[in-house]
Formats: sequence, C-alpha cells, structure tokens
Amino acid sequence: MFVALRDIRFARGRFALMGTVVVLITMLVVFLNGLTGGLAREATSAVAGLPAGRVVFGAPAWAAAEVSFGNSTVDERQLAAWRAAPGVTSAEPLGVAMTRLTAGGTASSVSVFGSTERLRPELLRGTAPRDGQVAVGERVAREHGLRVGGTVTLGSRELVVAGITPDRSHGHAPTVWATLGTWSLVGHQPQPTVLAVTGDGGPSGAVAASTRAVELDDALPGIPGYAAEQGTLRLVEGFLLVVSALVVGAFFTVWTVQRRPEVAVLKAVGASGGYLVRDALAQALAVLGAGALLGGALGALGGWPASAAVPFELSTATVAVPVAAMVLLGLAGAALAVRRITSVDPLTALGAHR
Amino acid sequence: MSTTTAAAALVLDDVTLTYPDGDRRLTALDAVSLTVPPGSLTAVVGPSGSGKSSLLAVAATLMRPDSGRVTVAGRETTGMSEKERAALRRERVGIVFQQANLLPSLTAEEQLLAVEHLRGGSVRAARARAAELLESVGLDEAKRRRRPHQLSGGERQRVNIARALFGGPSVLLVDEPTSALDHERGARVMDLLAAVTRQHGTATVLVTHDRALLGRADRVVTMTDGRLG
Repeated sequence: MFVALRDIRFARGRFALMGTVVVLITMLVVFLNGLTGGLAREATSAVAGLPAGRVVFGAPAWAAAEVSFGNSTVDERQLAAWRAAPGVTSAEPLGVAMTRLTAGGTASSVSVFGSTERLRPELLRGTAPRDGQVAVGERVAREHGLRVGGTVTLGSRELVVAGITPDRSHGHAPTVWATLGTWSLVGHQPQPTVLAVTGDGGPSGAVAASTRAVELDDALPGIPGYAAEQGTLRLVEGFLLVVSALVVGAFFTVWTVQRRPEVAVLKAVGASGGYLVRDALAQALAVLGAGALLGGALGALGGWPASAAVPFELSTATVAVPVAAMVLLGLAGAALAVRRITSVDPLTALGAHR
Repeated sequence: MSTTTAAAALVLDDVTLTYPDGDRRLTALDAVSLTVPPGSLTAVVGPSGSGKSSLLAVAATLMRPDSGRVTVAGRETTGMSEKERAALRRERVGIVFQQANLLPSLTAEEQLLAVEHLRGGSVRAARARAAELLESVGLDEAKRRRRPHQLSGGERQRVNIARALFGGPSVLLVDEPTSALDHERGARVMDLLAAVTRQHGTATVLVTHDRALLGRADRVVTMTDGRLG
C-alpha cells in the first residue's frame, strides 16, 4: 500500500469524488435494506411468530392446495386427518381475515387471527380472549385509546378487549387475536384458513393430496403481496449494488489507464505484476471500505429517526450485509479494471526505440 | 534456466534482436557483444535508430533477444522467466530514465523508499539511507520532501539517479540523461554519474548522442545500424 495510499493523498479530489459516490450508494442501499426488513416484519410477524414448525394449506378435495393465505381453507376432515397423522405432535386450526377496527371514533385496517390460546403471543396485560372478546396489540391500543375492558368494533361486531399483546402484524395490518368462533363471526368464514403443525410426518391418501405443508419460513410468500413487495425491493437493491460495482470498475479503469506510465516505471525497476495488482486492489479496498463504512453509518443514523414514521428495521444484519456487499462487489469491479496492470509493458518506460 | 558465471558485471555476447516490421523483420541489434566491468562507465553513441535503446532494453532484461547471451551480475538472463527478470532488476539493475519518470504522488525521498518497499524491505529503516543518498546527489532536506512538480529538471534527474542507485545495483543503465537539460546542468549530471560509478562500483552503460559529454566515459563505443563499432 506504499504507493496506493500516497496516490489517494495526492489525487484526493478524484478519490473523494469516488468515495462520495460509494457513501451515497451505500447509504441508499442500507436505507432500502432497513425498509425492506421493516416491511417484511410488518407483513409477516404474526405468522413468523407462531409456535409451530409447519403451516398446512388446504383446498377442497377436487383442487390442489397452494401456498396462499388468501385461497386456503381447511375442513374438518383435513383437520382430523392431520391430528391423527403419525409423527404430528399438534395440529391447530388458525383463521386469518382482514377487516376494519373501529374504536374511540377512529378506524383502521387490522388482521384478525382466530386461534387457540397456544398460538397467540404472550399477553402483556389482561386475560386470554374468550368468545366475544379480543386481544389487541400495543400500537392498536395506543392509537385507539383502548384499555382492557374497553370495547371495539370489528367489522360489524362489537367485542370486548380482554388483553393487550406485543405488536404483531399480517400483510401490513396490525393483528387482533380472537377465538376461532369469534374470528368466524367477524370474518364470515365457516372454516379455518390453515393449520399450525408441530412434529414431523403427515397424513396420506386424499387428505395429503388436498393439503400442502411447508416450513414456517416457506409459508411467508403465501401472505398477500409479500413476495412481490420483497422481490421488488430486493431487485432495486441488487441493481444499486451492480451499478455501484460498475461505477467503481469504471473509475478504476480510467485511473489505471492514466497510471500506465507510472506502472511501466515500477515494472521497469522490478515491481512484479502481483505486487502492483495487490497495491491497486488495496487502494480500491481503502476507498470502498471507508466509503461503505461511512455510508453504512449515515444510513443507520438516518434510519433510526425514520423508524418512528415508516417501517424500518435497524439491526447489525440490515447494515452490515449491504456494507459488505458494497465492498465485495466494488472490489470485483475494481479487480476487472486493475487486471490491465499486468498487460503494461515496462519497456514503455524507456521511451521510443532507437 | 539461468546459470551463474564469475564474469564482468554486464556481458552481452553475440546478441541479436529483431522486430517485426510489416512482412519482414527489422534488425535492431546485430551480433552485438559488449563487456562492462564494475566501476567503469561505457558510453554508447550513435544516430537515432541505430539500436542504442534496444541495447539498453536487452541489458535491462526488459526484452529477450532472438539469440545470444546476456549476463547480469554473473547470471545468464535469457532463459529467465518474467518473474525472475523482475527480481533481477529489483536487486541488481538500476535504470536512469531519459525523462526522470518519477511517480507524481511521491516526494523525492519516497521515490527511493518505494524501491525499498517493492524489494520487501523496511521503509522505516531505509529512510536514513535514502536521505543520505539524496544528500550525496545534492538534494537538501527541504527538496527531499518535495514532489516532482516542485523540483527543477536537474533536480528531478538527480532523484532519478539516486533511485537507480538506491538498491545497490551491480549494473547502472542510463538513457540519455541530459536530453531534457541545458548544457551546464547536463555536465553536472554527467559528473555525478561518473562519480557514482566509481564510488558505488557499478558497471555503467550510458546511451547518449551528446558527444560533448563523452570526456567522463572510460570507454566510448559507437552503434551503427545495430552493430557496435
């Protein structure tokens, strides 16, 4: 890094410009990644937090089951078959519906999960809801001024708030927890949506053909809009990283071409190709590392206050992964550029032949 | 594969070098033989296109001849790999370029330390030696801290010479060192080259077409159409 660091110091304007580009792109990717994580959390936390290993989607006997909370229904026969299947420890029905919550003069969209007590998150206050009662998340309680013992209207049903749970959401709508019976009345649905299953194994025969069991993580794409939303955001992030790699590659291509006379001199006085490539890559690493770390820090600092207003997940992973990706892809772009060093002819340092 | 001999610092033995020139080949060096002992300065003169720089390039192991043998510091180089030749240049050969060819981002002192760094040595330990060598070619402390664009043409050429000498070379190859300097500064650079050749015991080959500078050389050879006269 002897020459590399001094080159950066000498051409500080050019490297500062490149570093600024790295900072801005990293900041943007970190912010997007935090937003993607936050949106994922708001779309999936109710399902992802279920104390189950698998989710079973169902369909009528004449249709094939698909991984979709919107299209799935599980009938009594399927429920009984899964409960009786060898290896299955528990199979509990779960009803999922979207509706409107009205309370304290304000209304908002919520998801209603009808389930047994075991599938619900631990209560922060109050008691487990019975028929005609619900448990709401802290945010819903705060936004609507709800307390244990108060009343809410879900759809057209007036219900009593029995308990307050930690915040969970489904499809970006805060989750309200109820019994299956209450859920059925609120959602106007006679059959549960899916089964939450623990243990291995499953039924055989006709029930196996009309149900589909997937791991909990694999059930998340079945949440309406989740896969498209995450796919779009990841695509934008990917494009940004590829663009940054191309920009870094273009910068170091121009820089390498400009340095050809100096590279020729260094080769003429005995520098090996490996030494020069290592030196150039160390230079790229210094610019990328400093830029990506600063961009990551600024992205995290910007995301922290933003998380109060938008779904934003700030964690080591949401910051470190894009920073590392930025450095690695940038290095790949730089590596393609600096390999030109190996083709520089040291003879050119001597000038024209006579 | 290289072989080791106990001969003079630089030996070119029946060296021929040709270049492609359209459908035919142009002969740049035609059976050239030259022996340069340590501590002597050999000047090579001749018109443009006579093959002087080709001779220098072959002696510096920057080009591989079509035939013949090139021995540097006792090592036969024509069979060496690119990596071995680079290592030989690092350890045994100093090149004084026609244009100073200094790295723009480095100070005068750092030009020398860069050589130490690529040799794998300790830059910190070499700092005093670099200062001493630059002092010996006439650059004071203030000038040692300047970058090339802050030095005069003569000062840049002195740094160029100091850089070539820094690794303690057996062979010093000098390419038209005064072409960018006025007569007075050119004469001072020639005096310096003659002095360092004696002082450091290098086998120095100087390519020039300025016959006014030849008085400092121990031997003068003339190149014409790729042949040494």
